[in-house]
Amino acid sequence: MSEDVHLSQICMDFGSFRAVNNVEVTIKPGEFFSFLGPSGCGKTTILRLISGFMEPTQGAVKIGGKDMKGIRPNARPTALIFQNLALFPLMPVWENITFGLEVRGVSKETRRAKAEELLQLVDLHDSADKRISQLSGGQKQRVAIARALAVEPKVMLLDEPLSALDLKLRQHMRAELRAIQKRTGVTFIYITHDQGEALAMSDRVGVMSQGILQQVATPQEIYNNPVNGFVASFVGENNVINGKVASVNGGMAQFETAKGSFHAKLGASVGLGDQAKLFVRPEFCSLQPASETKANSIAVEVTEIAFEGNFVNVFVRDNSGDTHMVQVQNDPSLPPPAPHTACQMVFNPESCMILSEAATSRHGH
Amino acid sequence: MQELIRRYGISLSVIMAAMTAFWLLALVVIPNLVLFKFSFRLYLPVDQLGGPNDVYTLKNYATFFSSPIHINVFFLTILYSSLVTIICLAVTYPLAYILAKVLKPTDTATFFLVLLIPLWVSEILRSFAWFIILSMQGPLNAILTGIGLIDKPIRWISGFQSVVIGLVYAYILFMLFPIYNAIQALDTNQIEASQDLGASTWRTHWRVIIPHAKPGIASGCVMVFMLCAGSVVVPTTLASTNSRWFTEIIQQWMFEGLDWNVGSAYAFLLLALCILFVSLVMRVLNVRLVDIAK
Repeated sequence: MSEDVHLSQICMDFGSFRAVNNVEVTIKPGEFFSFLGPSGCGKTTILRLISGFMEPTQGAVKIGGKDMKGIRPNARPTALIFQNLALFPLMPVWENITFGLEVRGVSKETRRAKAEELLQLVDLHDSADKRISQLSGGQKQRVAIARALAVEPKVMLLDEPLSALDLKLRQHMRAELRAIQKRTGVTFIYITHDQGEALAMSDRVGVMSQGILQQVATPQEIYNNPVNGFVASFVGENNVINGKVASVNGGMAQFETAKGSFHAKLGASVGLGDQAKLFVRPEFCSLQPASETKANSIAVEVTEIAFEGNFVNVFVRDNSGDTHMVQVQNDPSLPPPAPHTACQMVFNPESCMILSEAATSRHGH
Repeated sequence: MQELIRRYGISLSVIMAAMTAFWLLALVVIPNLVLFKFSFRLYLPVDQLGGPNDVYTLKNYATFFSSPIHINVFFLTILYSSLVTIICLAVTYPLAYILAKVLKPTDTATFFLVLLIPLWVSEILRSFAWFIILSMQGPLNAILTGIGLIDKPIRWISGFQSVVIGLVYAYILFMLFPIYNAIQALDTNQIEASQDLGASTWRTHWRVIIPHAKPGIASGCVMVFMLCAGSVVVPTTLASTNSRWFTEIIQQWMFEGLDWNVGSAYAFLLLALCILFVSLVMRVLNVRLVDIAK
């Protein structure tokens, strides 16, 4: 039903520009895998390499253990859902869905039946004979999914298919996509720049920057234990403090900064004496009265309060003028301190990390 | 009109409307109406004009239907105009596809320039150039015998073949541009989606690209066909003794026979029959006029 995808030491050059640099990852059969990164990070190029619209400059794409070199997109066991969906406007819905079967010479009756079946699967009834232009955004989305599923792909490739939808529908389609993936058991490879999407839907996430795969891990691992500064700051919010690793003790380290000395977890590829950055998530910070000085704290003054509904963002300024953010749950019985209140921002050593910059060796050749 | 006045002011709007009306009425509608009236009257000596013999009649039109030679020439004109249209389409579609979807946009500009430059030369000169190229002692035969492809020169200017070559050359760009525009407007993702779903190149063209380009193909075909059927310069320059074009007969009536009445009747017959033919073909191929106008 589904196959694994192995990207083996893949590089892709456009002239002198290296869009994908030495990417090595194995996506397991039946896995929901996301490539997450900012625009221009090479994630769409990876998708086109897997679907066969491009051949890698170096390395190999293997699907189910088979090298895909020289195999054209129409002969690969993949189906791609385009960012703009690319439905055929001149065909009715059911012909769109079964286009892949039509080109394989399947009879009209069988195709019609298959279309009805797939329309049930994507929860779109009585639409077989509609025109594409008669459908809403979410319905088009479902037709695109059904069209890709019709060819029974081993691997489904999705290029930010939810980006054109409004927020409510996007959140609904996330759950829907996830459910369809579980129901069909097909390997899903999802491309997105939206960390919320990637974290919510994926079994594993690969975070990319400048053509390099920075980290591959579960969403929890990506968020809680980012390997470097890029991953930490791209996924979620952070308070960042520059400094130097003063001493190391197992997985923990003492970090010397202009704002004081902090005890924190030591990230990968950072060693004793290295210049690095301390990353502290706003939700792991708390505000305490200024009176009693605690460990891992910075003296601050509250500047602004942004009420977000279920939580409150409190912006604070330290003595050197840098702004930090502290996120607290909305609790009417325990309101956040008012602006201009002097207090201290405290964080747990276990929930902050010392990390280096991202891996950025784009001059691979 | 309201919008025009709001945007350009009353005086400029009136000038623009007046110039358009002048062009349409004085240069198109009225001359055609005059000829149309001519076609129903007889070619009479001056002293009989306005006399009892000067009546409205269908006799000029009947002349055509009672002349098997002219009917034959008409059908040959339709036949070879259709052939030119088909050749233009066959050559142009792949070219338009390559220009629109395969080449980089920077290269496309160069290609269009190269294609357009010959259009700056007048039709007469271009036809005459082909006359030289195709003549017995001309460069084409010299090259072909020179590289040993043929033993002795071919008589190119015989039958309709030289006319067909000349017409294809003269009007091929009128086919290229509408098809190019149509294919260019197609989202490239549609082509990729078709391939990704397993369609062969041929199938992708048949099911996705050609249906999308159909209005462009139709308007290109109509344009080329009508231009061919109405062409005078190319058939007269490149004709041989045994190829006659219907426009040449009209010309003969008007300028050799000096009979403008039968001449205009023939001209309107050509127009009417061509429109009939084109609408029949469009009906068969299921193309609507509104699609072409897009």
